[in-house]
Amino acid sequence: MKYATDRKRAEGLGSGRQGTAHHWEMLVSSMALLVVVPAFVITFGLVFGGSHGEVQAFFSHPVAAIVSALSLIVIIRHVMNETLEAVEDYIHGLAGKLTIVAVTALAYTLIATGLFALAKLAL
Amino acid sequence: MAETQSGNRPLSPHLQIYRPQLTSMSSIMVRATGIALFGLSILLIWWLLAAATSPGAFAFIDGLMRSWVGDVVMLGATWAIFYHMLGRLRHVIWDFGYCLDVPTSEKMAMGMFGLATVLTAVVAVVF
Repeated sequence: MKYATDRKRAEGLGSGRQGTAHHWEMLVSSMALLVVVPAFVITFGLVFGGSHGEVQAFFSHPVAAIVSALSLIVIIRHVMNETLEAVEDYIHGLAGKLTIVAVTALAYTLIATGLFALAKLAL
Repeated sequence: MAETQSGNRPLSPHLQIYRPQLTSMSSIMVRATGIALFGLSILLIWWLLAAATSPGAFAFIDGLMRSWVGDVVMLGATWAIFYHMLGRLRHVIWDFGYCLDVPTSEKMAMGMFGLATVLTAVVAVVF
């Protein structure tokens, strides 16, 4: 006789061992993109093409720095999850696991580097 | 009996004779633009880090991104980010349980291609 409830047995399972967390995260970041992408395109559109001095001055403004930092985190995390989904679909076994680690490492390296650059430009 | 026919059976739909549909192509494009944007983000982070590092480092990557090859890449990236945003909006609509029928999905696919192109053209003209 099983004493565990259906819910208890479903918890922590799924092929990714994380239930619907990945799906929910994609749903949330997809909605976030609707705000972040236009904000990012406008911000980057305004600064791209300027001289080095103009670029430095642009990012010293709090709105430019905050919008850039936010879009960097949201967009890179979203495309990381998008790439991980493709990896889980097409690469299996050890190669799949190592690719997942590599993609995740690259994404967080890019986020950390971008935030460092923004902080240095802003302050 | 089965062995004698083994070379003569109809195959399941094969990529070479498979007619692509608007639904599958627009969905594949969402994934492709997502992965492409991941790759392209390296360029952007490089540009930011160079701007924070030295005028020489900035001049190199900024010059590369503003060359004619860079212009083509940036235009493609703009289209990709808008297309991906709209494609993901379609997923949000689907996930909430709306517009799941094929004709509406195909209309949304046309909308994604069209609106991404219009938004890219607006960005190209404004900036």
